[in-house]
Amino acid sequence: MRAKATVEKPSPAASNAANEPLPPAANAPRVRPPRSLDGLFRFLTLIGLGFLVPIVRLCRGENPRAQWRELWQSLGVPLLAIAVFLFAWSRLSASIETSLGHIPGPLAVWEQTKALWEDHKAEREKAAAFYERQAKRNAEKLAADPNAEIVTRKYTGKPTYIDQIFTSLKTVFMGFLLATAIAVPVGIFCGLSQTISAALNPLIQVFKPVSPLAWLPLVTIIVSAVYVTSDPMFEKAFLISAITVTLCSLWPTIINTAVGVASIDKDLVNVAKVLRLPWTTKLFKLVMPSSLPLIFTGMRLSLGVGWMVLIASEMLAQNPGLGKFVWDEFQNGSSDSLARLMVAVLTIGLIGFVLDRLMLTLQSLFSFGAQR
Amino acid sequence: MIDVSRRRTLRAAAVAMLLMATAGHAAELKLEKEELKLGFIKLTDMAPLAIAYEKGFFEDEGLYVTLEPQANWKVILDRVITGELDGAHMLAGQPLGATIGFGTKADIVTAFSMDLNGNAITLSNEVWNMIKPNLPTDANGKIVHPIKADVLKPVIEKFRSNGKTFNMAMVFPVSTHNYELRYWLAAGGIHPGFYSPTDVSGQIKADVLLSVTPPPQMPATLEAGTISGYCVGEPWNQQAIFKGVGVPVITDYEIWKNNPEKVFGVTKAWAEKHPNTHLALIKALIRAGMWLDENNGANRKEAARILSKSQYVGADYQVIANSMTGTFEYAKGDKRELPDFNVFFRYFATYPYYSDAIWYLTQMRRWGQIPEGKPDEWYAQVAKQVYRPDIYLKAAKLLVEEGKAKQEDFPWTSDGYRSPTKDFIDGIEFDARKPNAYLEKFSIGLKGMQKIEGGDVVGK
Repeated sequence: MRAKATVEKPSPAASNAANEPLPPAANAPRVRPPRSLDGLFRFLTLIGLGFLVPIVRLCRGENPRAQWRELWQSLGVPLLAIAVFLFAWSRLSASIETSLGHIPGPLAVWEQTKALWEDHKAEREKAAAFYERQAKRNAEKLAADPNAEIVTRKYTGKPTYIDQIFTSLKTVFMGFLLATAIAVPVGIFCGLSQTISAALNPLIQVFKPVSPLAWLPLVTIIVSAVYVTSDPMFEKAFLISAITVTLCSLWPTIINTAVGVASIDKDLVNVAKVLRLPWTTKLFKLVMPSSLPLIFTGMRLSLGVGWMVLIASEMLAQNPGLGKFVWDEFQNGSSDSLARLMVAVLTIGLIGFVLDRLMLTLQSLFSFGAQR
Repeated sequence: MIDVSRRRTLRAAAVAMLLMATAGHAAELKLEKEELKLGFIKLTDMAPLAIAYEKGFFEDEGLYVTLEPQANWKVILDRVITGELDGAHMLAGQPLGATIGFGTKADIVTAFSMDLNGNAITLSNEVWNMIKPNLPTDANGKIVHPIKADVLKPVIEKFRSNGKTFNMAMVFPVSTHNYELRYWLAAGGIHPGFYSPTDVSGQIKADVLLSVTPPPQMPATLEAGTISGYCVGEPWNQQAIFKGVGVPVITDYEIWKNNPEKVFGVTKAWAEKHPNTHLALIKALIRAGMWLDENNGANRKEAARILSKSQYVGADYQVIANSMTGTFEYAKGDKRELPDFNVFFRYFATYPYYSDAIWYLTQMRRWGQIPEGKPDEWYAQVAKQVYRPDIYLKAAKLLVEEGKAKQEDFPWTSDGYRSPTKDFIDGIEFDARKPNAYLEKFSIGLKGMQKIEGGDVVGK
């Protein structure tokens, strides 16, 4: 009962309607599938695999014509568009001459993707050899002095492309979690109290549009001054990038949370008053559940912003990661650099897409959960 | 009882045997820190670091070193100061500049010079085409090198009459490149500009405006037309030819034969806290330098291969090999022998000479980075503070004892001063014991007690 209110409320801050997948069931099926599959279809659509729905339906022999049309729309058209894009790319790229040679076409980029993967494997082999040498050296040390303190050192080689991807993901999640931990409580307070909202609003509005490039030097200097330990848990560069991500990705979550909390059904609030619910109960049983969909909308936007910011800050903070990879390749200026830069662009895009899907799925799961 | 003691003797004997078997390791220093992160800039003269890593010289010393490319020289210095990097590939002027407080103030020391020579000056195609008709040629119609800066005078005049400034780039205010470019220009009668405490642009009274650009961005900046030329280390001059954006006109070998270049810098505090680690590092770097110059440069091709890997310099092998293997390509197709363009060990290249430090200090004074006149003793004292041949020789001694280096590879009895030399493009003699007298010999540049005030030179 209490959750119903939230679902029917249109989300005012959900500016992402355009990104939503197409509603799959525009063609009203003549034969309704058994109820058990409805949930599956909904889930598939939700995680961005909506094109599987008509395939499943086809297999079940439901209205083939409608399903084929549906399949064309959800799978054929996007694939065709990608093909056209690749074709145009390979054609146009050959005609642009840079100081590093032609702009690489899709094939050259694919070659570099493979080269980066080979590179990763080769580096892993070198790492294995490194550990072997180290083990041998340590054994000798132990033989020479049985009381010698033996420490196994981590591999000191270069981070491979795959390592860079994982470093970037780690950094963005660290920044994002920090941002969420700050933004959700702040947003809830803003939503609950007009006074707090009025107090914080100007600050939020001023800091929201600040570019990561402006934050970065400040964060660098402050972190360098404040974070002084002999045995650091995190690398400074990692902290600097993560904090910059936090500073830039806080705002959508704060704003959406505040809106979500502020727009709780007044009836519910009145009921809470009548029942004299304690403050904590009100927060956890009423405010949080009903604003969850909007909190997730905010978090999704935040993660998107964070991922964009991260690349820039890694470039400048020289924190290992995709941004650093891009910077290093730019500096290398070898004949492979252009293709590698394009691999990086595509990787960044794909990961951004997957992150967005992930958050969308979470968001929808919570919204649907509330409906039940 | 007897049994126990016998076992003990046996064990002692076994240990002794092992010790003998691993004599190299037994002599190992007790390291204060084994995991190190060293920074570098993507230039071929970072080679000793890459080679020490790839050839296992660091590991032989029990060091686990991570090499990390840095965005620019400012970042490298700052990160060494904050301790994010244990040590780094630095411009020879950086430890000196930091110690005397030009730019960021910090105590940096160096016990290892990384190389000699290795830089060049490149001009844009536009300027090259303007000066080319005026260049003298030999009997075969080939252009005579070295090219003097005088040829730029009409070009600068032309730029000026068109209302344009003549801009050139170097890599850092205290970089060797800055001083070499200034030396070359001034030797040709072109004023490169003064620094003053209130105006650190270095463009006071300048005919040519010099500014800072990070090395790897040089070709792109030249191509964009922001600058008409630059002075930078390799491979960025050869890169200009390969990309067809500019023409290298002179190498620093021709400006000053066998001039000292990059150094390996650490903070003084770091060196005091980790004396053995520092020694071990220097040992590994000396071996890398030896490897690079071994058998008349037999390893240079392999070195160029290693440097062309994306984690080091990353430029194409051809570009790096061009200058690393004893040749230098001036204009496109004009490849000449230049065996000493990159020197990593010959001529005691790795020994940190006080006289090298003093030359840089004289140039800092000449262009106003040191705003006031200083007595000769001051120069010697700063050089002693920053350059540490004592540490270098300690490391060298260990290498000789371990049989990894030869006695004659090192200048054991040197007092830190190279003998006076006239190997400059203008033939002016440099005697490191008389820096002030040296400064008096230049027609362009501060000398004596001169100062810059209100954009002009005052005093005597």
